[in-house]
Amino acid sequence: MTHNIQIRESGADGQRPLLEIKDLAITFRTSHGDVDAVRNANFTVMPGETVAIVGESGSGKSTSALAAIGLLAGNGRVSSGQIIFDGEDITHVSEKRMIELRGNSIGMVPQDPMSNLNPVWKIGFQVKETLKANGLPSGPKDVAKVLAEAGLPDAERRAKQFPHEFSGGMRQRALIAIGLSCQPRLLIADEPTSALDVTVQRQILDHLDRMTTELGTAVLLITHDLGLAAERAQKVVVMYKGQVVESGPSLELLRNPQHPYTKRLVSAAPSLSSRRIQVAKEVGVEPVDLLAPTEVVHEKGKPDEVLKIENLKKVFKLRSGFGRSTDFTAVDDVSFTVKRGTTTAIVGESGSGKSTVAQMVLNLLQPTSGKIIFDGVDTSTLNAKELFKFRRRVQPIFQDPYGSLDPMYNIYRTIEEPLRTHKVGDKASREKKVRELLDQVSLPQSAMTRYPNELSGGQRQRVAIARALALDPEVIICDEAVSALDVLVQDQVLNLLANLQSDLGLTYLFITHDLAVVRQIADEVCVMERGKLVETGTTDSVFENPRRDYTRKLLDAIPGATLLLPPEVA
Amino acid sequence: MTPENNIPNMNETPRPQTIPHFVAPLDETPLQATDKVDEGAAPSSLWKEAWRNLRRQPLFILSAFLILVVVLVALFPGLFSPLNPADDKCLLENSNGPAAAGHPLGFTQLGCDVYARVIYGTQNSVTVGVFTTLAVVLFGGAIGALAGYYGGWVDAVLARISDIFFALPMILGAIVVMQLPMFRSSRTAWTLVVILALFGWPQVARITRGAVIEVRNADFITSARSLGVSRFRALLRHVIPNAMAPVIVVATISLGTFIAAESTLSFLGIGLPPSAMSWGNDIQSAQASLRSNPWPLLWPSFALILTVLSFMMLGDALRDALDPKARKR
Amino acid sequence: MVSYILKRFLQLIPVFLGATFLVYFLVFSLPGDPIAALFGEKPVNPAVAAQLRAQYHLDQPFFIQYLLYLKSIFTFDLGQDFSGRPIAAVLGEIFPVTARLAIMALVFEAVFGVLFGLFAGLRKGKFFDGTVLVASLIVIGIPIFVLGFLMQFFIGVQLKWAKPTVGAGAPFEDLILPALVLGLVSFAYVLRLTRTSVIENMNADYVRTATAKGLSRSRVVTVHILRNSLIPVVTFLGADLGSLMGGAIVTEGIFNVPGVGNRLYRAVLSGEGPTVVSIVTLLVLVYCISNLVVDLLYAWLDPRIRYDS
Repeated sequence: MTHNIQIRESGADGQRPLLEIKDLAITFRTSHGDVDAVRNANFTVMPGETVAIVGESGSGKSTSALAAIGLLAGNGRVSSGQIIFDGEDITHVSEKRMIELRGNSIGMVPQDPMSNLNPVWKIGFQVKETLKANGLPSGPKDVAKVLAEAGLPDAERRAKQFPHEFSGGMRQRALIAIGLSCQPRLLIADEPTSALDVTVQRQILDHLDRMTTELGTAVLLITHDLGLAAERAQKVVVMYKGQVVESGPSLELLRNPQHPYTKRLVSAAPSLSSRRIQVAKEVGVEPVDLLAPTEVVHEKGKPDEVLKIENLKKVFKLRSGFGRSTDFTAVDDVSFTVKRGTTTAIVGESGSGKSTVAQMVLNLLQPTSGKIIFDGVDTSTLNAKELFKFRRRVQPIFQDPYGSLDPMYNIYRTIEEPLRTHKVGDKASREKKVRELLDQVSLPQSAMTRYPNELSGGQRQRVAIARALALDPEVIICDEAVSALDVLVQDQVLNLLANLQSDLGLTYLFITHDLAVVRQIADEVCVMERGKLVETGTTDSVFENPRRDYTRKLLDAIPGATLLLPPEVA
Repeated sequence: MTPENNIPNMNETPRPQTIPHFVAPLDETPLQATDKVDEGAAPSSLWKEAWRNLRRQPLFILSAFLILVVVLVALFPGLFSPLNPADDKCLLENSNGPAAAGHPLGFTQLGCDVYARVIYGTQNSVTVGVFTTLAVVLFGGAIGALAGYYGGWVDAVLARISDIFFALPMILGAIVVMQLPMFRSSRTAWTLVVILALFGWPQVARITRGAVIEVRNADFITSARSLGVSRFRALLRHVIPNAMAPVIVVATISLGTFIAAESTLSFLGIGLPPSAMSWGNDIQSAQASLRSNPWPLLWPSFALILTVLSFMMLGDALRDALDPKARKR
Repeated sequence: MVSYILKRFLQLIPVFLGATFLVYFLVFSLPGDPIAALFGEKPVNPAVAAQLRAQYHLDQPFFIQYLLYLKSIFTFDLGQDFSGRPIAAVLGEIFPVTARLAIMALVFEAVFGVLFGLFAGLRKGKFFDGTVLVASLIVIGIPIFVLGFLMQFFIGVQLKWAKPTVGAGAPFEDLILPALVLGLVSFAYVLRLTRTSVIENMNADYVRTATAKGLSRSRVVTVHILRNSLIPVVTFLGADLGSLMGGAIVTEGIFNVPGVGNRLYRAVLSGEGPTVVSIVTLLVLVYCISNLVVDLLYAWLDPRIRYDS
């Protein structure tokens, strides 16, 4: 069944919606009983329109959209409500009809490009079977055409390759090609760029926009980023715990959010915060969202520069069979300083070497050359005993909340471990200290006896912060510490970190790929690309006057960069 | 009232539509505090949750019960069989006789009581099974953990060594060793334990190695190291407790396998000596009279199957309960 | 890809040498005189004993013995067994029999194991799955000699559906029952492995994407789920061939199959060192080769490991 409808006219009053979700409720059968993932969801998508569904994890945004294409997990079912596609009620439609609709009426672009392509079949094969299954011509030329339209250069050669030979961005283009190959009327894009590098995200989204505009495809864009949603969609639907709490024109939602949850999202979304800060600075108003202190902490007798990195270099030897090895320079001649009491951010995409720098500062990895000078002392000159003492003063917080705490230790033991390892105090004083730390990170005392598997991601990160503070360190290295958290939780943790910094005079080395977060919390920025430091400076100067193209690319990649927002929106 | 659209790449045709602004009523959509800790529930670690899962599985309940029975019989055979086979006079006139008073399972070809032999045979089988498993877990587990954790040439050497032992299947290797002149005359359950452990350790080593490799790169290990915990201490305190789950599963299943192996070797005549109580021996000697009276062969077979099965079932139940996919929230 | 195969091949060389050395050591170097054992209860005739010792190089230092032995493998001059027949010829007779038995068992376990495992996985939690899980557990739990016995008794003797023992020359029909017994336990493992693999892949992202493309269910199951689930199964099957041949000892004993296992067993019982070592070496060789074949298959099935990146 091929449809060759060019929808150019759109939105005139009286036109039938393409997709209508009416009072939809979706329930999942789990070992703990029935769980309502979606309760009473309502939204519509007009032909050719782009609608964004925004929410945190557990909001039901993906579930509602996937229900439209009949892809609920095995234990899920639509318990009430309707899904109407172009006038047809497809809520409980037969599998045969659903298969007919998939591909040429409703398409999908999923989130993670690595796991969504079958690793054992060639890309061309996976495109070909889509075309064939939907009754379209599927010869090599047709396959190549589809891939080329999605922006893959040298499409004929690429079609003969396997997914693992493609980069992340290319894989996502392949998935977009597959999703749009049969020219569906509705495309469901489930966080299509969340798993990609920042600079690639904008390219992919721009391309997706171009293609869907040309084809007149309506897009249901699922995202957690309100800034992105407002930028790409005319209509935004906000979901919270399975319900639609607010929906409306995107800009109006940002400027005039009504529901308290939307208000929270608007104030917490990093892309919007960073935009507001920029606007405030341009206008000359004090920005509300700024979390960075501007004072350097001066301690008597100690240098202002608590951390000084000089010409740091790290070369890895990659073995490629039979004793041959190639050199991979992960960090190439990086130098910067960090002043006491401030936050310095290291920004870069994957492969930039930023995490490697962090590991070297923590003395978990030996540099190939260069110096790390902590408080005036070169760390490579420390003997074992001094190194042990050094470790008390520099502590890490890692990215993955689900991997950063030992599942076998309860929270008390986890936070106590630093104290025990360094033989600080006796059992009673350690317990007192753990209680204090829990207070500092706003966790209840009862959390002490709990285990990591009972806590959420944000709570685990707070435990990680408490543990990092246990030995009263001076410097904390946050390696993408908030990247894996939901927006509101991320905001909470960033605020916590900022408060702790001003209370305790901490210095942060903040590693991240998200420049929007940098705008909020960092005083100084170091931009890294492929191992090299391409730009440093204060956050203000880097944001206002980026000197390098790469920095400009990163800045442009912040979603919502071009939205007009008055600074008072909070 | 159309909002200013400064958004790039939107549809060219300007929409004269009005997108309605919908707000859900607050009482239908109450807000909760962001990321609150649920203070109500009792604390539960992963093991507690696994135990809760386990308790509900019928497979676990059944196998636990069976194992309990088997262990009791092995430890206190006298409680279950008043007659000790060592004292059995084995009158030939009872040869292949049917069940009689005080002899519920009948007689063997030599006139000995089948029931007593089955009960007392439990001891050797369970001893061999339990101690071989212990040896294999300690030795194989240590080797696998070291190989997986330190990697590099340690791993390469240990991997080759375990490959060498893998090339010799357990029964085959045991056969070759057991026939050696020094073992021909004196064989006890402990001999079997050593021999079976010698060829059974690579299996556990491989599983342990895999589990350790999965855990060693976790952030909590790096964070322990950045505290100053030594590499070796991190292995003991953090890596091994987290790598134990699959090892426990394979150990339980191996227990069953070792019991079966002991019987197989005894059946082949190179396991426990004929004087020892062993199901394998009994099955072997009942072979000849299979056609006239299958029961002296069938009863020890059932006992053997039931014992081995109970450990396999337990292993299965454990594997389901400790499934890592069920752990991730 | 070539370097991958080459690397694996090089890794197997120490395994082969190590395993054969280990066996040689266990048979010839531990205390006890194999020649004396040959005579059993009778007094040892010193002249004959000396001649036998020279023939089997038992008068040389241990390492020389081992090296001479290695040389003999590569020249196929394996010496004679204790009844005077050339070992190489004996092996030539019995090896094809066991090979046939093992391959039949392999085919049985592969075909039925995969099919049952696939359906059980697709219908996880339903009746078929539950039944299959319980049945496979029981099969795994029954030691193979008991299984062999019971099947020989019930199918061969009581029901008379098959011959209880294998005749001379081991014709194909006679081997069906022993192959079934030999393969039954592995069948249960293959079934469970396929089932687990299918369940894992069923819920994989790429299967969801394949469904979203509009592919029919049967295509998704065969081209995507099954194809990917076969990877670990093939690996297991390849390794299993080696262990089937080595583990056929019990089965061959029960059904009286004139194969390698049977001969090995008899050689072990009578202390025929050279025969034992030769047979075990052969089995180790089969194990190494099947491992290499498995690696090749794995590379063919999973393109990710074909490239050295």
